[in-house]
Amino acid sequence: MDIGTLIAGVLTLAILSFLYRDNPFYKFAESLLIGVSIGYILVITFNNTLMALLFEPLFKESDLWLIIPLLLGLLMWGRFHKKTAFLSRISIAVMIGSGAGVAIPAMLKERTLKQMSNTVVSLVNASGMPDFTGIIVILGVISYFYFSREQKGALGKIAKVGTYFLMIFFGTTFGYTVMSRMSTFIGRMEFLLSDFLKLIH
Amino acid sequence: MNRKVPLAVCFIFGVVMFIQYFSQHPTARFVYKSILDYWQIIFAFTLILGIISFVNNNISQIKRGNNTFYRIVAISGFLIMPVVALGWGIKTGSPFMWMFENVQAPMQSTVFALLAFFVASASYRGFRARSIPATILLLSALIILLSRSNIGGIFSDYLPNIADWIRNYPSMSARRAILIGIGLGSLTTSLRVIIGIERTWLGKD
Repeated sequence: MDIGTLIAGVLTLAILSFLYRDNPFYKFAESLLIGVSIGYILVITFNNTLMALLFEPLFKESDLWLIIPLLLGLLMWGRFHKKTAFLSRISIAVMIGSGAGVAIPAMLKERTLKQMSNTVVSLVNASGMPDFTGIIVILGVISYFYFSREQKGALGKIAKVGTYFLMIFFGTTFGYTVMSRMSTFIGRMEFLLSDFLKLIH
Repeated sequence: MNRKVPLAVCFIFGVVMFIQYFSQHPTARFVYKSILDYWQIIFAFTLILGIISFVNNNISQIKRGNNTFYRIVAISGFLIMPVVALGWGIKTGSPFMWMFENVQAPMQSTVFALLAFFVASASYRGFRARSIPATILLLSALIILLSRSNIGGIFSDYLPNIADWIRNYPSMSARRAILIGIGLGSLTTSLRVIIGIERTWLGKD
């Protein structure tokens, strides 16, 4: 067995030991994971972002536009001191403002109009028959989240239908989430039993 | 002044990014691409800020003698990655990638797998068919779980088909409604941010 598999196996068991209860092996593995993950993301970000997008184009190709993000990045570091902390708001303003500007048309198109369009298209099913189930469910779910009027009468009834379908959605999502976690767990068990402990082939 | 300048910057960048969406002019494309790069660069600086804060916090806790050993492990783990990256690079087969494949990735996926147990135990305690909506939630989850496991075949051969139907029709319709809601919510929040009505991101003075 190579040293890599041995270390991976021992660390996997240390993490799994949390199923019994919190213990020193788990705490050790947890601390190591936090440290190594931070180190990894630092190296990858430095290499893929700071070097590739900032320092190389700025210093090798003299792309002077990049002084703007360099300054904005440095302003974030104003947070190191209380008196200069307010400077970081300018960088945050750039991120928040541009993010909001991009989000308006993108959300309108992808999340709202496209979903509405798919709902209207499905009003006629594959066999050419009218099918109003989709639009009833959608109106129901949206009514459930409509809080400007008390949910009674017709609004209350359609909101109730929406609640039932919301439950189906939550149940489905829950089922798939559990199964995805289970498949990861099976993968770890397979590693432990075959590669690490050599109990199965 | 501390608040007015960021609000003005937010408004200008918001309007510029909104307008560029409707233009295919090379300048508009350049502005869009540049600002996307700016995001990543600012994020990188913010990450460094967070990492320095992480190290400072751990060092001060070590000085106080609070969980010293585990904090030393965390800082050592953090330091070893940049050191091996500087020494041998980050290509496939390098010690950096070896650390990723044999230390980080196995632990990360095991932590992810642990959630299966916690979700299962939480659902065991929480899932009770007390009302019609709770029963519907329980049934749809149960059908999906059974259809995606070998045991499902014992009950009925139609189970995978039923699960697919649930996913593609009732669940998909509810998902669409939620997405429409998210879209409308994001739209109004973005407008409020650009106009300056929503100011929570500025924090306190």
